[in-house]
Amino acid sequence: MALLDVKGLHAAYGPTRVLHGIDFSLDPGSITTLLGANGAGKTTTLRALCSMVRTQGEVKFDGQRIDGRATEDVVRLGIAHVPDGRGTFANFTTEENLRLGAYTRKDRNAIPADLERIYGYFPRLKERREQQAGTLSGGEQQMLAVSRALMLRPRLLLLDEPSFGLAPLVVKELFGILRTINQREKVSMLLVEQNASMALELADRAYLIETGRVVLSGSASDIRGNDAVRRSYLGY
Amino acid sequence: MEALLHQVLAGLATGGIYASLALALVMIYQATHLVNFAQGEMAMFCTYIAWSLVNAGMPYWGAFFLTVLIAFALGVLIERLVIRPVQNAPVLGIVVVFIGLLVILYSIAGWIYSYTIKTFPSPFPAEPLFGIRYMSPHQVGAIGITFVVLLLLYAFFRFTPLGLAMRAAAQNPVSARLVGIRVGWMLALGWGLASAIGSIAGMMVAPIVYLDPGMMGGVLLYAFAAALLGGIENPWGAVAGGFIVGVAENVLGSFVIGNELKLAVALVLIVGVLLVKPSGIFGKVHVVRV
Repeated sequence: MALLDVKGLHAAYGPTRVLHGIDFSLDPGSITTLLGANGAGKTTTLRALCSMVRTQGEVKFDGQRIDGRATEDVVRLGIAHVPDGRGTFANFTTEENLRLGAYTRKDRNAIPADLERIYGYFPRLKERREQQAGTLSGGEQQMLAVSRALMLRPRLLLLDEPSFGLAPLVVKELFGILRTINQREKVSMLLVEQNASMALELADRAYLIETGRVVLSGSASDIRGNDAVRRSYLGY
Repeated sequence: MEALLHQVLAGLATGGIYASLALALVMIYQATHLVNFAQGEMAMFCTYIAWSLVNAGMPYWGAFFLTVLIAFALGVLIERLVIRPVQNAPVLGIVVVFIGLLVILYSIAGWIYSYTIKTFPSPFPAEPLFGIRYMSPHQVGAIGITFVVLLLLYAFFRFTPLGLAMRAAAQNPVSARLVGIRVGWMLALGWGLASAIGSIAGMMVAPIVYLDPGMMGGVLLYAFAAALLGGIENPWGAVAGGFIVGVAENVLGSFVIGNELKLAVALVLIVGVLLVKPSGIFGKVHVVRV
């Protein structure tokens, strides 16, 4: 059974409709990517999953309907969202940001060990643990955003353009760590990206979104190997 | 010289009370960017509850802690029932709701307890505390209580997960929801805490100004001046502002402008701060990119 199953998802900002019935699913343990141009509705799809916008349609997580639930209740089911713009608590220290990520967890005494595990993935954050998060570099803030989401011990990680504004080397490092986390900790991931080539390398499955609809789907390797699709939709 | 010292110390005592109420204002301001004009009347109302409990034969400290709990519940209740339904209304609309709350609490207190002035007991003994001769025992005690409240609040916000979550909800509500914080409840909790702090300020000031439904009017004005002076977004600034305003009020009132014009000190401070340094002494200036 799919971990995430989305059927006929509509979403709107006020009167402006952005999603027109999106269908996709995500297998447990997999990395699935949503690709598409600016304004296609990728970010809105992630927001819709967390009830951050008004939606219609059906979203099932692990067999349960979650559409229409409050954002904080969706998060409490184990869906961690790394939003665009990173959502850093700028006036808090790095470590306070990480502790906030674990806010809803009941197993409080496991948190110190998780902090260490995450500092193992991102040693730079350990160096900066007492530093105000707003003063970190863009790459460090992105790592902090991913780490904060991981502190929830999520079953599903929603990643909104983690490569945005980062140097190519930093993106490579970050994607490498995401793969490790996916394999080692069995965290499923839904990745929204503009950087299609990087995303297709990381993902197992891909969906192409155009003006609020899915226009194409398939395994990441098929799409990567299809020159026509690559040229007409992905532009590389 | 001795008279001046006496006035400065008395100013510190009332300053502590202003500081507490200023802190209550800052707490709600930080979370909602609104100044709760009914904060003083909420404190007054809770002080009347304490008076009822004491008169019903409860020992002072029992009544004190029970009142703080009731004040907390009252704050949460007001947020849930009165503020929440209008939270998306324009600012002026919410200000009118605050003023309505002020008038309602004032009238209910007058209706239940009458408008005649009552004495309110002080929990502190009549003989000098710790051998301090320049201040009355109640003044020494009030300063002590203020510091205990500040310390507890600091520890709560600095070291507990709930305190951290409340700060996060105030600073960045969207991200706070994304880590699972129930932002609406954090707001209600903030109102509860502010109301509880206010009730302590009320119980500490009542033995000095006596208990009547209008007793917090002046105090709220001083607290507002204190919060503005220190920077309305900075809790430490509000506390420092409280003590500065308390001392300034007493010293100027006794030696310069006379007791009758004391309240003008608060108004001059408010206008002065807004004209010269709107962000306050310790406040941050916000820069907006356009």
